[in-house]
Amino acid sequence: MKDSLLLLARIPAHPDSRCWFLAWDPSGTLLASCGGDRSIRIWGKEGDSWVCKSVLGEGHQRTIRKVAWSPCGSYLASASFDATTCIWKKSQDEFECVTTLEGHENEVKSVSWAPSGSLLATCSRDKSVWVWEVDEEDEYECVSVLNAHTQDVKHVVWHPNQELLASASYDDTVKLYREEEDDWVCCATLEGHESTVWSLAFDQSGERLASCSDDKTVRIWHQYKPGNEQGEVCSSADPSWKCICTLSGFHPRTIYDVAWCHLTGALATACGDDAIRVFEEELLSNPQQPTFALTAHMPRAHSQDVNCVAWNPKEPGLLASCSDDGDMAFWKYQRPESQPLDGDEAVGFGVADHYPPALLPFLQTTTKEASG
Amino acid sequence: MALVSGLLSHALGRLLGLPGLRSGGPAMEQDKALEVYDIIRTIRDPEKPNTLEELEVVTESCVEVHEIGEDEYLVIIRFTPTVPHCSLATLIGLCLRIKLQRCLPFKHKLEIYISEGAHTTEEDINKQINDKERVAAAMENPNLREIVEQCVTEPD
Repeated sequence: MKDSLLLLARIPAHPDSRCWFLAWDPSGTLLASCGGDRSIRIWGKEGDSWVCKSVLGEGHQRTIRKVAWSPCGSYLASASFDATTCIWKKSQDEFECVTTLEGHENEVKSVSWAPSGSLLATCSRDKSVWVWEVDEEDEYECVSVLNAHTQDVKHVVWHPNQELLASASYDDTVKLYREEEDDWVCCATLEGHESTVWSLAFDQSGERLASCSDDKTVRIWHQYKPGNEQGEVCSSADPSWKCICTLSGFHPRTIYDVAWCHLTGALATACGDDAIRVFEEELLSNPQQPTFALTAHMPRAHSQDVNCVAWNPKEPGLLASCSDDGDMAFWKYQRPESQPLDGDEAVGFGVADHYPPALLPFLQTTTKEASG
Repeated sequence: MALVSGLLSHALGRLLGLPGLRSGGPAMEQDKALEVYDIIRTIRDPEKPNTLEELEVVTESCVEVHEIGEDEYLVIIRFTPTVPHCSLATLIGLCLRIKLQRCLPFKHKLEIYISEGAHTTEEDINKQINDKERVAAAMENPNLREIVEQCVTEPD
């Protein structure tokens, strides 16, 4: 199982500090990293090596906790412990801070762009989630302050194709929000975790949501719309969410991040035991009660806690990770041969054998094996 | 008896070349616990001109060490704050974490708890002092940082 994750490169992204988060741009060619040294670094590939293309050092006075790219790839948002969120505009290889969003009372923990590109969400230790609207003139306006959580909000993420927002909190819950008659409201609360929920990830369809927690489990939640054929009760016009799977017993310490690959469906986790794990749904399992198998486990992926895992949006199997040790690492994930994707015989490892034909033109062919 | 089984598992581990078997045993863990205690006992109380040892906020027996991997240990500390004051307890937790982060030479994972029954809101405090994001943010607060520095810095 150790062979399913191959180390491609390890880079001291934020030396003498901790690297908190990584985000791939929509084209999959740039990676933004941020950390305790108060800087953001933009990384790109030159030949076989990852090089730092840009350092964005003047935006924040304290740790930068998360970064997020806009869907068009021209903007980067950064969330900081200094209580602000910076919006950086990219022109060629340069970045310029065009706006600073203020308002949160203390540390901003997360920022996320909606797929439309015209909405942004932030969350903070002040327990609130803010929704911002951005217009064609790059003007940002806060349109809602949501106080649904009772504690520190750790993460926000938008649904991949609906204007639905999810948040994860120190209060052990996940909450969902949508716009209802010009007002943003909390439309669902997902309970079940027994401690802080650190991160969230929607699958490609948006039908499922994965959450990871200090309680050492990952939970998979499924959306049931009113009138659903499974007979799940919805008490109102809102869809209800039900926990359909809990991955427990795999992680000995807090799980800080979970990432759901939109190309392959693989689920990666970042754990406080310094390891990275990958899970895949067993295809013969019942979709309403799926089972996920552990398909890769890399102990000591880093020398300290792994804080973030991020799948490249264009290259299947390319995973980036970062850690409290300040390093960033790149991995190649290959589904182990013993677990074929479908009922048919698996024929070798080629990308073409496992992915839907429609995706093939978008997938990069792997070049020579990186030594690593 | 514990010492014998420790030596036995150590020998077995070496013989079979198995990295997973605990090579150190309880004796090693005891050593590590003392190493930890040596570092924390001189931390000064945020309010009083005494060390945590003098005030019995920490004692030798409040440190637990378990080997969790090759040369890696889980350190658990249960401290007893002198007064049931929430912010003081959190501050002590912070000092313990910072000092060990800086001074403990071996690879470790750290858990800090208020000893059971020592506080009314101990679950709340325990959750906060074990949340590394909260700890990191607290240490970027200049006032808090100053207090912690004063408590953990060894006098010349």
